Amino acid sequence: MTGLVMADSILLLFVFWELTSVTSFLLIGTDDRLAPARAAAQQALLITGAGGLAMLAGLVLIGQQAGAWNLSELVAEPPSGPVVTVGIVLVLMGALTKSAQFPFHSWLPSAMSAPTPISAYLHSATMVKAGVYLVARLSPGFAEIGPWRPIVVGAGLITLVLGGLRALRQNDLKLLLAFGTVSQLGLLMILFGIGTDAAWTAGIVMLVAHAVFKAALFMSVGVVDHATHTRDLRRLDHLGRSLPVAVGIAVVAAASMAGLPPLLGFIAKEEALAALLEPGTPAQLVVLVGVVIGSMLTFAYSARFAWGLIGPATPAHDDAPAAVDHVPTTAFLVPAGVLAVVSIVAGVVPRVVDPLVAAATTWLGESADEHLSLWHGFTGALGLSAVIIAGGAALFVLREPIERGQARLPRLGSSQRAYDEAVTGLLRGADRVTGVVQSGSLPVYLGIISLVTVSSGIPLLFGASLPTPLTIVDTPLQIVACLVMICAAVGATVVGRRFAAVVLLGAVGYGMAAFFMIQGAPDLAITQLLIETLSVVAFVLVLRRLPDEFPIRRQVPGARRTQGARLAIAAAMGVFIFGFTLAATAERNQPSVAEEYLDRSLPEGGGRNVVNVIVVDFRGFDTLGEITVLVTAALGIGALVLAGRRRPEDDADTDTHDDDQELDAGVGAA
Amino acid sequence: MKRSLILDVVVRAEFHALMVVSIYLLFAGHNSPGGGFAGGLVAGAALALRFVSLGPEAVRRTIRVAPTTILGVGLLFALGTAIIPLLTGHSLLDHGKVDLSAPILGDAKMTSAFTFDCGVFLVVVGLVAFLLDTFGEPEDEPVDIPPDRDESVA
Repeated sequence: MTGLVMADSILLLFVFWELTSVTSFLLIGTDDRLAPARAAAQQALLITGAGGLAMLAGLVLIGQQAGAWNLSELVAEPPSGPVVTVGIVLVLMGALTKSAQFPFHSWLPSAMSAPTPISAYLHSATMVKAGVYLVARLSPGFAEIGPWRPIVVGAGLITLVLGGLRALRQNDLKLLLAFGTVSQLGLLMILFGIGTDAAWTAGIVMLVAHAVFKAALFMSVGVVDHATHTRDLRRLDHLGRSLPVAVGIAVVAAASMAGLPPLLGFIAKEEALAALLEPGTPAQLVVLVGVVIGSMLTFAYSARFAWGLIGPATPAHDDAPAAVDHVPTTAFLVPAGVLAVVSIVAGVVPRVVDPLVAAATTWLGESADEHLSLWHGFTGALGLSAVIIAGGAALFVLREPIERGQARLPRLGSSQRAYDEAVTGLLRGADRVTGVVQSGSLPVYLGIISLVTVSSGIPLLFGASLPTPLTIVDTPLQIVACLVMICAAVGATVVGRRFAAVVLLGAVGYGMAAFFMIQGAPDLAITQLLIETLSVVAFVLVLRRLPDEFPIRRQVPGARRTQGARLAIAAAMGVFIFGFTLAATAERNQPSVAEEYLDRSLPEGGGRNVVNVIVVDFRGFDTLGEITVLVTAALGIGALVLAGRRRPEDDADTDTHDDDQELDAGVGAA
Repeated sequence: MKRSLILDVVVRAEFHALMVVSIYLLFAGHNSPGGGFAGGLVAGAALALRFVSLGPEAVRRTIRVAPTTILGVGLLFALGTAIIPLLTGHSLLDHGKVDLSAPILGDAKMTSAFTFDCGVFLVVVGLVAFLLDTFGEPEDEPVDIPPDRDESVA
């Protein structure tokens, strides 16, 4: 995360971005024996990973368009144009998924199954703030681009209100806080998304305030959970008496979250409201109303949280109120306590936060002479704060009717369900596609490959010309070799025994070698000859394990029916390859490299055998790659054969054979 | 496995000759037809012959080291040849040249491409030996596969 914040290069930023995704995956899934933890970790990784991919694409688009790959340069001279707009939308996808914005917020509450310190860490300081951070860094340059504000501010608003509503419904303290985080992140998104200087400053203060109070909240919930073994606020009975310190910390932090003076959260909220009160477009009014409603909800769920700790257990609930098992040790409380104290101190003496905010805003290039203060005088923001507190308190007092009302409302589709359905749908779709595509029948694969090749290749043949002069035969020897090959090839398709078919295939290869020889390419001929020999050997090694004869056609169900189709496909493929090869030789539009290689071979490669010099010197890197593949394939085959001596042989052999052929082709291409 | 006396004798007689041929191809490759790949294939064919006549155990006795070792050493040769120039400030796979002159054999030119070719040679030999080793185990019962699947091999 530190790297993410320090990085100026957008690609480096992306690397750190993904690193936080991966580490959070590991953190959420710490207890890998629990299925919910694994599912939550996977969900977080899938959602943020998908966003990360979109973001990578967006960053590349923007970087390419601007020709600059540093954040500072990009923001100083923001590029524009449709490409940049698309890029920005993609980058925002990354930011929204990372910061758990609607409709991608479901992973954050799920991540609650992680141990408490991890939740505190994920929710307050890192990970979710990454998206906010990116929006903050980009907004000075890109806030004016078309879809920026609708997306960022829109998503932020929906998230703010939705998260607040959901938080009001939660009974699990941690889940309540999780939805609270979702909601607060929405607010941060709004502030940074607007992109005005005042909103930017307010965003920074809010960022700090949120980090401080949310971490304190999570840790104190951890303490309560540890002491009482429950996080259900209906079962917590007057905890203020038995765990005064922990509850005290939690209440202070909750008050900061609610935006009560004299805490840091209050200052942040005042700043935010003041920024939104600046004269602006009508849309800004909508945003302001939304933020006020969201803040009321924030107040209400903060109160619900605090009341859950202090107040009596809900009598209607079946389970008995949880008893306090043991009193937490001091060391257990200190981290949360420090943060609560920071909330208070920074609230009363806001100057301590000034340097932080100033440092963050000077980067903006604006004059950072503004100082935070607790008391601004009777401003509009103060009035709104009062409205918020009053509204929030009303929501809290009327919580029971509201709860009943919420319960009666039809449940809207939750984002969690959408995620679940997307994942199961994807898996089912993949299953179905695999079922169709991977039928397991080699003839079908071969047929499809041939059909695609032929149908996509035929357009290439239109307008192709025959090579001039068209030489049918150079020497009579070629006719002999050709006849041998044709006979062997036809033979291979009609013989009944596997071994005979393999030998006939080998004969076709030998015929090819003869062709090479006749054309004066001894290297190719030697290689072809040897390859064919060893291929036959390899075939035989495998064929020993298969029945001696091909199954008789009549025994194979449907063979007769499909025979015509197979013949047609085979014939089409053959004719196409014939025509294609013929046309390809006529289509040379660049001078051959052969002359150059011939000239350079002796002086530069030190060898008179051009083919060999090409293989080991001019194209040595290719050869290196090929033999590496060869070795890897061999080891893979070995592993397969050792792993199950049952049936992997035929797969394995086709692999080696292909590799041999590939290497051969490498030599042949020279 | 039924053994044939004629085959055994022929293979015994041929094997070393083939090995010599393969090494000749390896050395000659730079200036006349041949090269590490072809040489390696000839050596592999020789091993395959030995396998056919005397079985997998004989092949193992002949090469003594594990086939995977040959593969690894071969790759190491090639990689080494590719990388060493980097250490001396040349580019990847930059080949050096040495002129040798031996008293009776006359002058010869050696390039470092030769070590690269040796790598290719060893990889190919190793691959064939590996295949013989892996698939050459005494035959077990042919696997019975249903006719509709079996067609796949056709």
